[in-house]
Amino acid sequence: MVEKEHLIDLQHISKDFDGTTVLDDINLYIRKKEFVTLLGPSGCGKTTTLRIIGGFEYPSAGKVLFEGKDIVGLPPYKRKVNTIFQKYALFPHLNVHDNIAFGLKIAKMPRDDIRRRVEKMLDLVNLRGYGKRSVDQLSGGQQQRVAIARALVNEPQVLLLDEPLGALDLKLRKDMQLELKRMQQALGITFLYVTHDQEEALTMSDTVVVMRDGKILQIGDPKSVYDEPANAFVADFIGESNIMRGKMLYDELVRFSGFDFPCVDAGFGQNQPVDVVVRPEDIMIVGEDVGQISGVVQSVLFKGVHYEMMIDTGETVFKVHSTVMQPQGSRVGINIVPYNIHIMKPMPVDDPEGGVEEE
Amino acid sequence: MSQNLNLPAWLVWLFLALLAAFVVFGIISVKRSNGIKRSFFASPYAVWMILFTVVPVLLIGYYSLTDASGAFTLDNFKNFWDSNYSVNQLYAQMGPEYAVLIQRGTVNLGILLYSLWMAFLCTVICLALGYPAAYFMADRQLKLGSTLVVLFIIPMWMNFLLRTVAWMTLLEDQGLINTLLKSLGLHGAQLMYNDGAVLLGMVYNFLPFMVFPIYTSLTKMDGKLLEAAQDLGANHVHTFMRVTMPLSIPGIISGITMVFMPSVTTFFIPRILGGGNTMMFGDLIENRFLTEGNWNVGSALSLIMMVLILISLSILRKADPEGEGGGIV
Amino acid sequence: MSKFAKRAYLTLILFFLYVPIVVLIFQSFNAGKSRAKWEGFSFRWYAELFQDQAIMKALYVTLSIAVIAAVVATVLGTLAAIGIHAMRKRPQALMMTMTNLPMTMPDIVTGISLMILFTFTRIERGYVTMLLAHITFNTPYVILSVLPKLKQMNKHTYEAALDLGAPPSYALLHVILPEISPGVITGCLLAFTLSLDDFVISYFTTSPMVQNLSTLIYSKARIGIEPTLNALSALMFLALLALLMIVNHRAGKTAKA
Repeated sequence: MVEKEHLIDLQHISKDFDGTTVLDDINLYIRKKEFVTLLGPSGCGKTTTLRIIGGFEYPSAGKVLFEGKDIVGLPPYKRKVNTIFQKYALFPHLNVHDNIAFGLKIAKMPRDDIRRRVEKMLDLVNLRGYGKRSVDQLSGGQQQRVAIARALVNEPQVLLLDEPLGALDLKLRKDMQLELKRMQQALGITFLYVTHDQEEALTMSDTVVVMRDGKILQIGDPKSVYDEPANAFVADFIGESNIMRGKMLYDELVRFSGFDFPCVDAGFGQNQPVDVVVRPEDIMIVGEDVGQISGVVQSVLFKGVHYEMMIDTGETVFKVHSTVMQPQGSRVGINIVPYNIHIMKPMPVDDPEGGVEEE
Repeated sequence: MSQNLNLPAWLVWLFLALLAAFVVFGIISVKRSNGIKRSFFASPYAVWMILFTVVPVLLIGYYSLTDASGAFTLDNFKNFWDSNYSVNQLYAQMGPEYAVLIQRGTVNLGILLYSLWMAFLCTVICLALGYPAAYFMADRQLKLGSTLVVLFIIPMWMNFLLRTVAWMTLLEDQGLINTLLKSLGLHGAQLMYNDGAVLLGMVYNFLPFMVFPIYTSLTKMDGKLLEAAQDLGANHVHTFMRVTMPLSIPGIISGITMVFMPSVTTFFIPRILGGGNTMMFGDLIENRFLTEGNWNVGSALSLIMMVLILISLSILRKADPEGEGGGIV
Repeated sequence: MSKFAKRAYLTLILFFLYVPIVVLIFQSFNAGKSRAKWEGFSFRWYAELFQDQAIMKALYVTLSIAVIAAVVATVLGTLAAIGIHAMRKRPQALMMTMTNLPMTMPDIVTGISLMILFTFTRIERGYVTMLLAHITFNTPYVILSVLPKLKQMNKHTYEAALDLGAPPSYALLHVILPEISPGVITGCLLAFTLSLDDFVISYFTTSPMVQNLSTLIYSKARIGIEPTLNALSALMFLALLALLMIVNHRAGKTAKA
């Protein structure tokens, strides 16, 4: 692990606020040209972490290293990062051009250079010709792009984005996600993105950091976080899952929902309580007699891409996604391929988890 | 002024210590921040207010609890309750024959009650006259526009002394009204230097302050609410009683606040329009301070007045907890 | 209730409000001193008004104090509002209590308490003390005008400016101030108006040598109204009318724009 490769390094960052611990010993490094997403529910501390990197909050403890140097004491206007705020925070008394040019003017760039750069930026975000417009005449998506232009025109090394797509409608959000990813790769800038939308995180990121209650639960690329969640919370937060309490009988055999399922995980000991996660799309519906377990179809919902069916086996209610519809009330069988059963150490009992129960 | 000789050293030291503490605190916060702390912008103001608001009030407290020599005493407050207090003390000491002369003076109390009564009357009249005025002004069907509001504002902005003094011209024995009455063959009337004149002056001065908050809260009301009420079967009277009036209550409370308080404490109006016949509490306080030079009793009376105002304000605030009443500010 | 009745009522109220003013204006043209008899039309009192040293001096005092107090209160109050807005809940509540305090105090108590302060600290009462007093009671109103504008502001705009490289002073001047300027201007005008009209506080914080218009009128009113005061009222009314017409006209223009 070469220190130089880490553009930003958070070491043992903690933050207390009014008596509550908002961040608890956060350790994270971010490499150059990486697209990192901090993902978690509201209140998990992801925005606070971002603001600490931006310079708007002080950590109660720990170091923030930028290219090896501790920048905790450095004010925001001296850091080589730029931020895109949640509601864009455009300056209402300035038009689009002046908003974008704001940082360049402070850096005392010559007027012609400023104009050239701003025009280039407007092209980049597809707002050519909008320079003279006033910001309150713009739509949400357009304001968003001005905010992006305003930040990027200063050619920062790192761009911090605080849930920038929250206010946009679905189609626009999806388009912007691809846009941002494209921009990031074209410009070669490090992006640190904050969101609570796991799909967004999986779409755009090189690395996903799952956070909860001020702690980091898992760091990994989208596929590993999705396929191998570290615990029940991550599993539940990312993608949809069925989460159940089970008992690991011995290696590669786990008991849940009243049946002993072969699986591929080992090392959990014998007869140990574990959390079991199965994705809805990994559950196969078969004839009633040929399944590992059987149950009744409680409800059927058409979701466009697939049908979502709740199947009650008596012990458990499974959420199943399938392109084939089973009528409500019919009895079916369920098979789960061993590879698709994910075992993890159980979370403490008092955690209110979504997903279903039972042993 | 004879009162500037009592400079208790401990008070001055306390004040300097406060100032020093504040400066030190300020320096510490500047060092801990790195320029982001905007809250420090408020410090010049804080210092100013401590100097010119907090300290003066503390001084009033100080004077109210001491006598002319600087010794602690509650006599000033006793003086409020019994305006003959000092004399009565003397009589009490002088022996049983003088006990007969001990008589509680109710001058102060009487004036306070009179002021409260006048303020109450004024508020009621302003409400009775002002609510319809605000209501009609806000009436969408009349389409009166902002010119009317401007017309209402103009008198408010003219110097209120001039306006009050103008009533003298009208109300005097040789004033316009009496001249008019006499020319019609009627008797002239004693229109000035009495309660009525003072009340008239008060209502005249404070009426706009009742009208505006009510007007503001009425115009803020969503017109759709009235339509909804009528849609549900309410006629005009019902709509007013059940919808409009309750929603205008914040404005009413605000108006009452802005009329009652100045009414109780005014001293100019009773003095000019009432002559010596109608002393009100504000009058009394001014009298004690400037005419009698008795700062101790004056301060005690001021404290009592402040407490009264605070009590009435908190009662009013309970009725409008969110402070939605439209004010002038 | 008929529209006519409603309009009639409003007209009556307006009549009530304007009667003394109209009488004053009429009297200002009355050639004689008598208050009830009309003795002919004359501009006499207007001429005498401008030659009355006491009134002219009082006018100067009133205007100069109003301007200076309004400016100082605006600067002090705007900075204070920005600072208070950035405070945490508890210090903020404390500051707001202190701000609301003078407004809940009756003006007589404010005036007297300041009088005590000045005498206590052996400061001669006069122009300076009156000015200090005016600044004191004006500033809370400025704060109350500016704070709502600050609350309406997007809370990240200041941070965005810092983020883009602006030091705090630049951000304050070029980002925060333009956004809150309507509130600042309203506050300034409010302070100016309050100072122009103040009587009670000025009465207690000045000396007989230095009078503003209100205290001057008070001392004259106890003796008897002079016709020159009528002329002054008429002029003030006209000036006010003109000012409000202009403001209304401009407000109408921007509304249409």
